[in-house]
Amino acid sequence: MATVEARSITKHFDGINAVDGINLLVKEGEFLVLLGPSGSGKSTLLRMIAGLEIPTAGDILIGDRIVTLLPPKARNIAMVFQSYALYPHLTVFKNIAFPLEARGMKCEAVKSKVEYAAAMFGIGRLLARKPRQLSGGERQRVALARAVVREPVVFLLDEPLSNLDAKLRTTARDELQQFQRRLGTTTVYVTHDQIEAMGLGDRIAVLNLGKLHQLGTPHEVYDDPADTFVATFIGSPPMNLVEESPHTIGFRPEQFLPVECYSSGDDLVRFAFMVTRVEYLGADRLVYGTLTATHPDVKVISRLPTAVTLVVEKGQRHEFAVRRKDLKRFDPRSGLKVTAQ
Amino acid sequence: MNTPIAAVRRPLLEEEKWLGRLMLAPAVIYIAALVGFPFLLAIFYSLSDATVGSQTLHFVGFKNFQRILENRTFWTSLRNALVFTFVSQLLVVILGKVLAMALYKDFRGKWLVRFLILLPWVAPISLGSIGWLWIFDPVYSIINWMGRASGLLGPDTWPIWLGQPNLAMASVIMVHVWRLLPLATVIILAGLSSIPQDIHDAAEMDGASFWRHLTHINIPLLMPIMLVTLLFGIVFTFTDMIVIYVLTRGGPYDTTQVIATLAYFTGIQGGDLAEGAAISLFLFPLLVAAAIFLLTLAKRTEVT
Repeated sequence: MATVEARSITKHFDGINAVDGINLLVKEGEFLVLLGPSGSGKSTLLRMIAGLEIPTAGDILIGDRIVTLLPPKARNIAMVFQSYALYPHLTVFKNIAFPLEARGMKCEAVKSKVEYAAAMFGIGRLLARKPRQLSGGERQRVALARAVVREPVVFLLDEPLSNLDAKLRTTARDELQQFQRRLGTTTVYVTHDQIEAMGLGDRIAVLNLGKLHQLGTPHEVYDDPADTFVATFIGSPPMNLVEESPHTIGFRPEQFLPVECYSSGDDLVRFAFMVTRVEYLGADRLVYGTLTATHPDVKVISRLPTAVTLVVEKGQRHEFAVRRKDLKRFDPRSGLKVTAQ
Repeated sequence: MNTPIAAVRRPLLEEEKWLGRLMLAPAVIYIAALVGFPFLLAIFYSLSDATVGSQTLHFVGFKNFQRILENRTFWTSLRNALVFTFVSQLLVVILGKVLAMALYKDFRGKWLVRFLILLPWVAPISLGSIGWLWIFDPVYSIINWMGRASGLLGPDTWPIWLGQPNLAMASVIMVHVWRLLPLATVIILAGLSSIPQDIHDAAEMDGASFWRHLTHINIPLLMPIMLVTLLFGIVFTFTDMIVIYVLTRGGPYDTTQVIATLAYFTGIQGGDLAEGAAISLFLFPLLVAAAIFLLTLAKRTEVT
């Protein structure tokens, strides 16, 4: 178990900084998620921690040791790739045994370790098969077993669930978290899927265009986004942003409800809301519309739980409101959160 | 209003069956005229007593084959052809793999190196061989003069590259390797590029050393491609006569005579078409066997 630290790490690629001066400290045993859209530099950052890329500037530390220039094998970390990167010509047993044999471990020791890891992921009966004879979920387990088998100090996971179908992904997510908790190994997990990030991460690092926008618990990044990028990237549908001089104000769709839903004691900010479309999603309704009086062009979304039985229809004009304490304020220029009222 | 579909007659070219045949025709005609016909003609000649000058033909059965099996030059040529093929192809596959791995990495001036390596393949074989003829010249050989100037060759050593029996074989092998190396390199390079980068990264993460990576990951995954390269090389080498024809004409004392050159010298220059045909036909079953063997092996090692 070890900490992982990035110190003003920068990677320059083809004229741009894919990773641009990121500082990050992953605590011992923590499950940290790097979340960002494609091109945000999250995979590059992970590859630099792995040692597969050499940073242009800055340092990587694993367990207080500077490893910036060390090759991957000197770092004792394991990585699971999006494609799983199983060796197609080797059996499952040989795949899992590969990292052990690469260290020159004795034959019997290899056998017992491989069998232990395979049993842990429930793939004991697949050991004689080749990767092409496995399903997607089984391949993913083999990849995890191969990562676990040599007891690394850090796990790096690069979108390991994105090749699974939606149903399997939910169970795999659950299992993944259980294994991480059981092993207590420091884990860095890359994804562009915010649901995975929110569900798995002890903390989430939100990245965009090579910069770290926010580092915090799922609660913090959702309830208290550091800037407009985080506010709109996390949450589905994203946070509504409305220009209201001197600030940009933001509110979550589920906090933007008809006035009837609030009790009389609430301190509300009211908006006249022109409904243009209603989507019924089962558990809730998404109401699309514009703020007619103040901002005729700004589109905002409200998410009504099904418990709200109020009739809201297209073409209707209705009074909606947000609790004043739920309003977020951002600087319109920099997009950064404004803390002082 | 429904028109029955069968009633609509479609133009001939729209019928997939006929369009397909039409498209295949040029290739079939080409192969039939330039490979099939000469092949059948060779079988026919080998069973006759055809010579360049005579107008008449007589069927003689397997007499020609019997004659060549009794001919010591034929056995020498067969042995030489096997040595020539296997030594040169072994070198080609090993060096091709090394070069492909070097070219797979990114470095400055990579395109120039790639271009230079491809050059022997694009240059006409005869031209290249003539260049080598000068390099191996008994009087002006640049190798000898450079060796002398650098002190590598003593004052009493002056190898005659194409004139000494052992050196002659080594020389033609060297030229042939030079010539086939680009093709092998390019094929292996293409195979190397088709392995996902993730696999290499995974091996690196798993702590594989260079040699373990090479022997456990890289070579096994490339095996099918390397076997196909080898097959091409064997076919090209076994049937090729230009390098040997230009450099040594099979000499000295038949030490570089191979089946292809022997067939040429017997059938065309010697005028004995029948025996020449019989000698060249001898290649056929050998190459078919090699092809079947290597393709089966390639299929078995295929992984995805």
